[in-house]
Amino acid sequence: MITTQNLTKKYGSQLVLNIESLDIPKGQSFGLVGNNGAGKTTFFSLLLDLIQPTTGRVENNGIQINTSEDWKPFTSAFIDESFLIGYLTPEEYFYFIGDLRGRNKADVDKLLASFENFFHGEILGQKKYLRDLSKGNQKKAGIVASFIGNPEVVILDEPFANLDPTTQIRLKAIIRELAAKEGVTVLISSHDLAHVTEVCERIVVLNKGEIVKDIQTSTETLQELETFFGG
Amino acid sequence: MFKRFIQLQWKSFFRSSSFGKGLALKIVMIFFGLYLLSALVGLGVVLYFVLRKIFPDQNPMWMLSQFMIYWILVELFFRYFMQKLPVMDVKPLLSMPIKKSAITHYILGKSAISVYNLMAFFLFVPYGLVLLSRGYPILNVGLWLVSIMALVLCINYLNFIVNKSDKALMIIGGILLTLYGLDYFQLLPVREFFGPLFHGLYQYPVTVLIPLTLAAITYYVNYRYLRNRIFLDASLKTKSKEAKTSDLAWTKRFGDMAPFLQLDLKMIWRNKRTKAQVVISLLFVFYGLIFYSQEEFANMMPMLAFLGIFMTGIFLTNFGQFIPAWDSSYYSMMMSQNIPLRKYLESKASLISVSVVVMFLLTIPYVYFGWDALAINFGSALYNLGVNIPVILFFGSFNKKRIDLDKSPLGNMQGTSATQFLIILPVLGLPILIFTGVYFLISLEAAVITLSLLGIVGFALKSKLLDAITEHYRKKKYGMIAGFKEKEG
Repeated sequence: MITTQNLTKKYGSQLVLNIESLDIPKGQSFGLVGNNGAGKTTFFSLLLDLIQPTTGRVENNGIQINTSEDWKPFTSAFIDESFLIGYLTPEEYFYFIGDLRGRNKADVDKLLASFENFFHGEILGQKKYLRDLSKGNQKKAGIVASFIGNPEVVILDEPFANLDPTTQIRLKAIIRELAAKEGVTVLISSHDLAHVTEVCERIVVLNKGEIVKDIQTSTETLQELETFFGG
Repeated sequence: MFKRFIQLQWKSFFRSSSFGKGLALKIVMIFFGLYLLSALVGLGVVLYFVLRKIFPDQNPMWMLSQFMIYWILVELFFRYFMQKLPVMDVKPLLSMPIKKSAITHYILGKSAISVYNLMAFFLFVPYGLVLLSRGYPILNVGLWLVSIMALVLCINYLNFIVNKSDKALMIIGGILLTLYGLDYFQLLPVREFFGPLFHGLYQYPVTVLIPLTLAAITYYVNYRYLRNRIFLDASLKTKSKEAKTSDLAWTKRFGDMAPFLQLDLKMIWRNKRTKAQVVISLLFVFYGLIFYSQEEFANMMPMLAFLGIFMTGIFLTNFGQFIPAWDSSYYSMMMSQNIPLRKYLESKASLISVSVVVMFLLTIPYVYFGWDALAINFGSALYNLGVNIPVILFFGSFNKKRIDLDKSPLGNMQGTSATQFLIILPVLGLPILIFTGVYFLISLEAAVITLSLLGIVGFALKSKLLDAITEHYRKKKYGMIAGFKEKEG
């Protein structure tokens, strides 16, 4: 689904990302781990054409992302709170995203209804603007918004951070289901090794911009990662 | 302890974002500051002579005292909007081993040297010096100045007390209007009544104790109130308004553009700075009154062209120059979402078009000053619609400065860069130049027709122009995303 070749990103003389090639097949749940500054967010931003690569290119479903915008209809993402529009209520935000993705109000309402459990009564009908919600609740709204309009690729940066334990567990179930049942390619990054190993079929470890590990998740994976980062 | 507080204050001032701005902007700000300062000092100096000239048979001090009551009320009224107690700054100090009483004194003491108080200082001290040079007794003038500064502090602290409810504002506004009305229609001699009270401050130096006591009382009331409320959930909490979900269904008729139009309308309505832009734009309709009503301007055609372009295009320049920085806080989302850039720009163009039409309709009453005014405004509106909208959208693509929407609108230079100053030339200067040229070469009619035709041509080419602008935005995309991510800079 997503392939990158010779992807590098330099800021001045500092090489922040250098990935020779990476291929993420359709329907895979893909996890990206690494310490701060390893290049996780840079990589995701490159996939979304938010920053320009120094060299190399990214293809999403065969479409080269910086020459055509045709990848946008089937790709969605939540990177950080800059993906939210602070002066809208969550409902308005969901409908706005729905409008952009050709979903009417009824469609969006239907989707939202299935996330009632996830929202835990803290998002809808709160009479609050997104900017006035807590960090965790903003994140919930952003994550769910990225599911609107049946995207084939969903990119979530640090989706577990700031979430309460109940929501973390629910989110794990949601992500697993997306990848397994609906064939959605899910890309997530996380600092929490236990979460990614639980959710992702494949885990790539970035260190100083380079891929140092590329593992198919198994029962030993968590141990392996802990040894790597602990050592 | 207070030494440390002062150090903090010093750093917060010199490390504030306005000092980190680009050089050009810094120079403009310094220039503006100096201008304001010299204007105040100048006013203070000439005040004595002006009063002498207008009321030759009255003592200037006596006259000034008569207006003091209005000065106090007006200042209270304006401070209500401008000045808020800077309580949020102390949040990081709360968990430190500092006495809460010290923190309270710090907040209140800090407000005593606010810009608003300094303004009065720079106005009245020169006035006092002029008085001295005219042989007024030094004791009286000196203590009068102390009284005035004490009154300023009273206003300062009184403002924080009343600032908590909108009702207070209405009461102050009401008193102001009532007193002025009574005075104006000569029902009650308000000025004559309050004049002696304030003049007494000058005449009897000992009365300096009264304003000083009042200042101390207002300070103490504030202190008592605040001291008991320095908690995260009391006065240090930012208030959030109850949000109303609205779907603005009527925008649906605009088809594809509807979602963006809705978004823009909500943005304008729900954020302080954008809302202020709209209000300011509407107020500028009255700008024409100043010029149309004066003989020397009424027949100055370039001036009328300026008014036409300016009044019908005020929202266009005010709002348009910051496109797309208004959306800066979520620009990366807009760029990765399923959004055709062209639709996005088109919706901005429609919004501005509506504003131009509305502003033109509002200026129609100026036909009272002659048909020329109406004709020029009509031509200007067409020019704004056809030419200036694409121009301003084009220049928008050079915007790289972030705007935080919920920051206060007053004196807010966020998002401003050299681009903003450059925009003025083509948007305001060019049409005036064209108009003036044709007017002097041919006639007024020809000048109006030229502006209108240019506008119509621009309108006809709208689609092509928008395509070109969209392409330009696409090229600038990465720079914009990176720029908008930088907070304060």
